[in-house]
Amino acid sequence: MNVALVKNDSGPAASSAFAAAQGRLPGAGKVAEIRREAFAAFERTGLPHRRIEEWKYTDLRALVREVLPLAGAPEAAALAKAKAAIASVAIEGAAKLVLVDGVVATDLSDLAALPAGVTVRTLRAVLDEQSNEARGDLLLTKASDPMLSLNAALATDGVVVTVADGAQLSAPLHLIHVATAAKAARYSRSHVKVGQGARATLVETSVAADGAAAYQANDTAVIWVGDGAQLSHIRLMRDAADAVNISSELFTVGAKSKLSLFNMTSGGAVSRLQAFFTLAGEASELIVNGVNLLRDKQHGDMTLVVDHAVPGCTSRENFRAVLDDRAHSVFQGRIIVRQDAQQTDGKMMTRALLLSDEAEADSKPELEIFADDVSCGHGATAGALDDSLLFYLRARGLPEKQAQALLIQAFVGEAIEAIEDDGLRERVIAAAQDWLEARA
Amino acid sequence: MALLEIKNLQVRVEEREILHGLTLTIDAGKVHAIMGPNGSGKSTLSHVIAGKPGYEVTGGEILFKGEDLLAMAPDERAAKGVFLAFQYPVEIPGVATMTFLRTALNAQRKARGEEEYSTPDFLKKVREISKQLSIPQDMLKRGVNVGFSGGEKKRNEVLQMALFQPSLCILDEMDSGLDIDALRIAADGVNALRSPERSMIVITHYQRLLNYIVPDVVHVMSKGRVVKSGGKELALELEASGYAQFEDAA
Ligand SMILES: Nc1ncnc2c1ncn2[C@@H]1O[C@H](COP(=O)(O)OP(=O)(O)O)[C@@H](O)[C@H]1O
Ligand SMILES: [Mg+2]
Repeated sequence: MNVALVKNDSGPAASSAFAAAQGRLPGAGKVAEIRREAFAAFERTGLPHRRIEEWKYTDLRALVREVLPLAGAPEAAALAKAKAAIASVAIEGAAKLVLVDGVVATDLSDLAALPAGVTVRTLRAVLDEQSNEARGDLLLTKASDPMLSLNAALATDGVVVTVADGAQLSAPLHLIHVATAAKAARYSRSHVKVGQGARATLVETSVAADGAAAYQANDTAVIWVGDGAQLSHIRLMRDAADAVNISSELFTVGAKSKLSLFNMTSGGAVSRLQAFFTLAGEASELIVNGVNLLRDKQHGDMTLVVDHAVPGCTSRENFRAVLDDRAHSVFQGRIIVRQDAQQTDGKMMTRALLLSDEAEADSKPELEIFADDVSCGHGATAGALDDSLLFYLRARGLPEKQAQALLIQAFVGEAIEAIEDDGLRERVIAAAQDWLEARA
Repeated sequence: MALLEIKNLQVRVEEREILHGLTLTIDAGKVHAIMGPNGSGKSTLSHVIAGKPGYEVTGGEILFKGEDLLAMAPDERAAKGVFLAFQYPVEIPGVATMTFLRTALNAQRKARGEEEYSTPDFLKKVREISKQLSIPQDMLKRGVNVGFSGGEKKRNEVLQMALFQPSLCILDEMDSGLDIDALRIAADGVNALRSPERSMIVITHYQRLLNYIVPDVVHVMSKGRVVKSGGKELALELEASGYAQFEDAA
């Protein structure tokens, strides 16, 4: 396929957005060069479309059409609205790291009250550090993808977090993305390094402030989990109903460590989380759970690529979609087991609950196995609520919607129960409950 | 006074008529047994009373406390006091038994315009009942019926009966799959609920259950109709002579 020849409708809009953004992008010299290359890489395909295998089910060219101009730097009025939005998602005791329209909002963040062992800098500051030879690396990733390239080209800010070796954080770090813009795009890029033997919880929330509409979010997180470290990463995507959110996360996991990722998407017209995992150290455990709660014409995509590069690691992927109306959910899971990665144990399961005849669920599991002593598998189901269970509940006095709600909660509970922290699990259950209660 | 009046009920399932004009009256405060061979339509009758979808009522009516039962949704019937103890209670993974019990009880109370139970009152009540039925507390933390033995599932049905205090209990083959000990525990639970305010329909293929739950009235069902009614001695008669005589009569 020669994608370069595909007429790219988003081209002019994207290149003018990139040109117009130049004065706002941190990092001169080498960093600017990396940005230009990244943008050129994006332009080779433009917005990904169905003929690009990884984007087959999420055709951004059809769903999104154009790249919007970069959102302006948030001003006082925007920050005030953001503050109100943050109040509705804040977690008691957690250190807030707030980005408003892709820019770190220092005054809304708890940068001065970080737990011991945690340091946070802004991406902007690091990219502007001329003496730092390695600063350009912050925009480079091993995985290549058009939206990831676009992010590297346009990333305005982000947080660069380090958790010191051995630090045991008792409260979560809470990365909050707030949109205040209408018809504009944000690009953030954050880095999190969890040191050897450290233990941390990173919650990431995406919300819309009052007045935010039809925005495009493109957020990237690059995360390292050191040897013997444990990271629980929980994402709650509650974007505006007409927003687009394309998030990319790239994880590198060391030896004898544990990474647990949970994502729940209930907002946004079009959303995708693409997560790339490299299990780079032996005897590590990866647990990924995802929930899509979608209605109307929402489109939600979870795409996971798990690369077992070394022997003896375990990976578990478990995805649940609840789809009402004409919603469309996509799950793509690729497990790669390298030749050396013997004793790999990798499994994925995806289940979709279709509450409407017009809802649609696609799932594409792929196993690429080059080692011989492995245990890998996948499973997928899609179907309606079980009539016999519904009748049992109704015969016990539950009205129809309440009976359905109880069964839907149980269904998504199969993924939510993976969250070990009681408080955070309850929060996620409550968020799912909000979605259920909004069902007409 | 009649609690439930079924008049000339005709029911179809998938284009096939299963109940062919069934007439039955259940008296308030009485235990009625319905006996009949497999396939005679006993479960169909119980499902239609409870409001299970998939049954087409083509004729007749059912009055419950004088009201048109067939016009009510299943949950309305439950709130009005109809309770069906299922022959095969389903397993509901992910819905903790306690959550289920509280949600159901409060939904019924809400529908009747009664106040919801407070958590301590509810817990106290459930503890009392489960103790009587020898249901361990940890069973109540599990998903509804998940991993329960046959006997435990039936006991869980009786527990719900005791909690919801319905005015009509329909027990569909409560004895199926139970050994004598399990049967005795379940039957004791049912007997404890006998009262002048509560009627029961005990559906069974075998006479054995009726040794434990002694009925006031016995009906014989065959091929979708009630073909004979009598006192409790009718059950013993059937035990001796079998259903063949009624098969011919029907
Ligand atoms: N869902 C169904 N679809 C088709 N036939 C059914 C269905 N349910 C019951 N029947 C038929 O109706 C008749 C009565 O069944 P049932 O009410 O279960 O009898 P019983 O409980 O007395 O054994 C049987 O012939 C059975 O095959
Ligand atoms: Mg039966």
